[in-house]
Amino acid sequence: MHLILFIVFAGICLAGAINLLLQSHPINSALSLIVVMTSLAVLYLLLGAEFLAAAQVIVYGGAIMVLFTFVIMLLNAGREARTFGSRAARAVGFPAVVVILAVIATVILHAQGLGVAKLSDSTITTTEELSTVLFTKLLLPFEVTSILILIAILGAVALARHDDESPQGSAERTGK
Amino acid sequence: MSSFLSQEVPLSWYLLLSAVLFSLGVVGFLIKRNLITVFMSIELMLNGVNLSFVTFAHQWHAVKGQIFVFFVMMVAAAEAAVGLAIIIAVFRARATLAVDRIDRMKL
Repeated sequence: MHLILFIVFAGICLAGAINLLLQSHPINSALSLIVVMTSLAVLYLLLGAEFLAAAQVIVYGGAIMVLFTFVIMLLNAGREARTFGSRAARAVGFPAVVVILAVIATVILHAQGLGVAKLSDSTITTTEELSTVLFTKLLLPFEVTSILILIAILGAVALARHDDESPQGSAERTGK
Repeated sequence: MSSFLSQEVPLSWYLLLSAVLFSLGVVGFLIKRNLITVFMSIELMLNGVNLSFVTFAHQWHAVKGQIFVFFVMMVAAAEAAVGLAIIIAVFRARATLAVDRIDRMKL
């Protein structure tokens, strides 16, 4: 059962990722990225990470991708011109990707002591266990994250705000 | 058939999947010409790395590996908010999203 679920959802995940690269319209890429993230949530469940599966759907599949689709529609992004990368990307980038993938695959396939994925009471991490560690040992990093989010909100508002004064201001500056 | 059904999945398959997802993200970063799609490729790379974190957390029964993924998600959310705001600002200044035509630091 585990094997079938893994094959199905890993296949959907890879198909979504490849579709992201093949589509030329950003909204189609965004929708296939949602497919990738949702099937990754199922794979997290297969690995016993309950809370992360839920967070993956809510944070990634929900919040972040809604932000992406919202910006795509706001900017009315059209089809992209189809070029297959710059000369530097062709000469250095793609060989580097192939080499990195080959090295990682070799290391993984020769690794000793990697077990098998199995679900039992001892391997499932409940939300309770996770939150116990998060709110006792790692409370400070967790609180620092809230400051990071606050700064990100302020930065996003400051960057995206439409400055009505700026054309006049720059005209004055150039006038002087 | 029943032996096939009860077969267990080696964790190395999960790690291979995460490596392939990461590489597809890098390829997307290199070949896509739209600023937003380039940004989505970065998210794909983050997801690939998250999968390997969860896999290793499963291997060693370590809760901290999953907490690391939790923090990566938080940082990715903050990064998406700021990055998309920058994309909106760039679009307002240049009226284009094609990375080939955004090639100057000056306005």
